[in-house]
Formats: sequence, C-alpha cells, structure tokens
Amino acid sequence: MIRNSASEMAAKLAAGETTSVALTQAHLDRITAVDADIHAFLYVDTEGALAQAAAVDAKRAKGEKLSPLAGVPLALKDVMAQKGVPTTCGSKILEGWRPPYDSTVVANLKKNDVVILGKTNMDEFAMGSSTENSAYGPTHNPWDLTRIPGGSGGGSSAALAAFEAPLAIGTDTGGSIRQPAAVTGTVGVKPTYGGVSRFGLVAFSSSLDQAGPCARTVLDTALLHEAIAGHDPKDATSINAPVPQVVAAAKSGDVKGMKIGVVKELNGDGYQPGVRARFEESLELLAKAGAEIVEVSAPNFEYALAAYYLIAPSECSSNLARFDAMRYGLRVGDVDGASAESVMNLTREVGFGKEVKRRIILGTYALSSGYYDAYYGSAQKVRTLITQDFTKAFEKADVLVSPTCPTTAFKIGEKANDPLAMYLNDIATIPVNMAGIGGMSLPSGLADEDGLPVGFQIMSPVMKDERMYSVGAALEAALLSKWGAPLLDKAPVLGGAR
Amino acid sequence: MSSLSRDDVAKLAGLARIEMSEEELVNLSNEFTVILDAVARVQEVAGADVEPTSHPLPLRNVFRADVVVPSLTPEEALSGAPAQEEQRFRVPQILGEE
Repeated sequence: MIRNSASEMAAKLAAGETTSVALTQAHLDRITAVDADIHAFLYVDTEGALAQAAAVDAKRAKGEKLSPLAGVPLALKDVMAQKGVPTTCGSKILEGWRPPYDSTVVANLKKNDVVILGKTNMDEFAMGSSTENSAYGPTHNPWDLTRIPGGSGGGSSAALAAFEAPLAIGTDTGGSIRQPAAVTGTVGVKPTYGGVSRFGLVAFSSSLDQAGPCARTVLDTALLHEAIAGHDPKDATSINAPVPQVVAAAKSGDVKGMKIGVVKELNGDGYQPGVRARFEESLELLAKAGAEIVEVSAPNFEYALAAYYLIAPSECSSNLARFDAMRYGLRVGDVDGASAESVMNLTREVGFGKEVKRRIILGTYALSSGYYDAYYGSAQKVRTLITQDFTKAFEKADVLVSPTCPTTAFKIGEKANDPLAMYLNDIATIPVNMAGIGGMSLPSGLADEDGLPVGFQIMSPVMKDERMYSVGAALEAALLSKWGAPLLDKAPVLGGAR
Repeated sequence: MSSLSRDDVAKLAGLARIEMSEEELVNLSNEFTVILDAVARVQEVAGADVEPTSHPLPLRNVFRADVVVPSLTPEEALSGAPAQEEQRFRVPQILGEE
C-alpha cells in the first residue's frame, strides 16, 4: 500500500478499501523500519498523525464531502511552523521550539485533511544543497546511502523515495525543492512566487523563498499544489488571483502544438554525460508527443549564481537577525550582569552552524556602506537582466527546459569543505527564483555511468504553472511506457519489507 | 581581486552579533577571498542603464481593512520565551552598557 501514489491511496480511502488510520500506521511502521538508515525525519508526530487520521475516518463514515487528498499522509519540511510541534529549521538555535501557531500551508493541509506525519530534515535554515548542513546530522539518499539526497529539502525528497510518505512539502529559494527531487528520482515543484503563502515559513531570503509540493508523480504533485495554493492576506506578497488549474493540466498531459524551449546556456560543459543523455532522450519523447522543440538563449544566466550568492546572503543576514535569544529559541550566557549584546553574540555563536555564519557575514558585507552598490546593487541589476532573458525566451516558447542539476547525487562529505563547488549544484535552478517564475523537476531516468536518478526541469511563466504540469505529465507518461514501471522500482530495497 | 582580512571579518561578525573564535575568523577570511572573486562577476554586466530588481512582484503597498482579528494570547506569545516574568519577556541588561 505504501508504494501506491497518493491518488491511488485517496481512491482506496474513498472506496472504503482502507482507512486513513491504517494508511497512516503503515507509513509510521515504514518510518520505524527504515528511518534509522535514511534519517529523513527530525520529528515523527505519531500521536498527532493518528488522531488526525481518526478524525478524517470519522468524517468519512458520516458521509461528509472530503477533499481529494483527505486522509493521505504527508511529510512536512521542518522550516514550516506547525502549532505545538517542534520546528527547528535544522538549527540548534531553534531546538525545542514549538510554534504557537500554524503556517498557512499547514492550515491549508489541515483544512484538506492531509495527515501530517512529522517534520523532515533540511540544511540549516534551508542553506545548502545536500542536507549536510543540518545541525542534526545528514539525510541519506535511498538510492545509495553513502550519497546526499539533495538539499535543502533532502529530508522531504528522501522520505518520498524511501516510501515513508507519498506527499511532502518543500521550500525552494535557489533549488531546494527541485534539486532534491532530481537526485532522488521524485517530483518537486516550485510554484510561481506568491502562489503559495509564506506565512509561517521561517524566512531565509524573502524575495526568493517559495513553498511547494513534492510527490512521486506529477498528478500527486498537482493535487498537493492546489491544496496549499491561493491568496493569503497574512502574506503581503501572496498573489490575489485564481490558482492555476494544475490538476486539470496534469490529468490531460497534452503537449500537442506546445513550443518547448531548450535553454542553450543550461547544458553542455560541466554537465555529466548521463545527465545530458537523459535530457536529450526526454526531448525526443516530448517531440514524439507532439511538442515543437526550439532553442532559446539566455545570455545573462551565467551571472545568476554570482547574483544569487549576494542577494540570498544579504536577505538572510537581515532575516536571521530575529534569532536574538530574547523571545524564543536558544539563550546562552545569561548570567548575572551579562549584557543583552553579549548574550546575543554567544547564542548566535553556539546556535548557528558554519554555512549559516558564512552567509550572514557575506550578506553583512554585501550590504555594508561602501560595498552596497558594487555587490548587492549589482546583483539586483543582474536580477533584472535574468528576468528580461526569461521574458524574451517566453516569447519564443511556452515553457523552457533544462537538466535540473549538472550531476547526479554526490557522496556525503565530497563537497562539504568547498562552498563554491557546492553552490554550483544550483546553477540551473537559481534563475527561476530570481525571476519568480514556476519550475518543476521530474525524473528522466538513470545516468548510465552511475545508475543514479537524473532530473528534467520545466520552467513556466508567472502564474502559468499549469503549463509545466502539462509537459511534466506528458513526459512522465512517455517515460513510464518506455520503462514499463516507475523509476523508483529500480531503487535498492531498504531495511523494511516492501 | 577582493579580499577580507581577519580584522574585517571580526568587524563584520561584531555587526552581525556573532562571537567567533580566532580559527573561524582566519578560515572565513581565507574563504572569502575565493567567494568574493566569484560573486564580483555581477559587476561585469551591471551597467548604469540597468534598473535594479529587489523583488519579483511589482508590489507597492498592500493594505487590509483595519479590523481586529484574533491574535496570540499572552501565554501563547510567551510560550517559547527563554525567560519570562509578570507576563513579559525577561531579557538581559540592555541599558547602562555605555
């Protein structure tokens, strides 16, 4: 049962073939069996999940009309506030904090009766591409336990690939939903900026952060997308417009006559041969399905990574100032006569990890007087140029595509001491965040040289999220008929029973 | 070639309110030489004629109706406080530090 898609589980629940309590318990058992090896979860809310499941079952027994995903379990990235449940963001500075309120994403999940199993591991405050920056230890990729599951949302992607949950929530600031999806053979979507509320999402870089759905199929991702999306007065940057019809698009999967633009700059040198081969193969399948493949150029994308590593740290240095040891979280050095400033200094020394400190210092520098124009100011101009590149490209194509990442999953520890090499992982995902458009990653097969999953990225214009779902569904269907079974069937068997 | 000395990093760490060991200061100073070279590339294309973008949405002010809505109770607001007293956050000494 746990290997079903979320929509299959939902259908079984609706038909009375199983109950949410049984389904939830099956996932909790799976977590018990395999999570010692995977470490996808930082906290498992056994009691809360079973209580929520029992409540859905009771509603169903009474014949109440329920939402499409009612009773299906989900794994929540630990960056999302959930009332009464520990929320750490992978950081020591928030260890033990239990939010007194629900984020809007969580409120929407509860409203849709999606059962929340627990909180998933992540790079501290979502800064990283490997989940190695978690203060609570790394998560392991179910395809190969010695490799990274991507980051920052590596706990969510690993939970999906290990069948610990059929649905998960991620957040994507520079690729933290899409890159983990790519390296674990799962699906992840970064909606248009403003499409899903950021209220209760602990901020890293407010102009880039976007929560989104993760699952094992394009349709499941679309169902979760519609469950969490929509205007929220609590987030001033939330878009007040109808949610794109992503479920209908995922169900139709029609790409006939669509123009698909291949971004010339997001391929070639630096991309692993197996990644390029799977990408070319996917393009052929989409052409066979009736799409027209065109080439587009985005000359300023080569500056995206540099601009990102100025903008995101700048915003983070400001956002993370709230962790000051005064109102919640860790407090260190509060002895008689100690000043507030010394308590802040000591708390932030102990509470933050290496990468978070690195980015706060970089951001503080980029925003300091005398350097502001040269660094932060220039990065903002690059942001304009990248957005213009997208606008021009979308005049020639309905969606744009590229490999999601240059390589497959690397080994845990391999890039831990080389921040620049680590940052290069996000080279193809960052432009999407800079422009605030939508992006999806879905599995396109395994690289011949290492047998590891490769991701295919689809990018769609602002609030045209349905387009990436149409293309994703078409490609998924073509690949499935080629493979004869879902890609995850090729993943190694983990400790627990299938 | 941009670089940050150990003392520059120490000053930034002070501004960012992070205590740092000597080893951390030296390591960060070394790393920043490489990182700043990489990010300084933005200057190559950031001409005077290019408008900066601070945010993906063209928003100005976003207002809501001025009506009272439910909010956290004092108990809830204080539930994560490291220290509290008389329904208030108890904080270390702020005044009288010079």
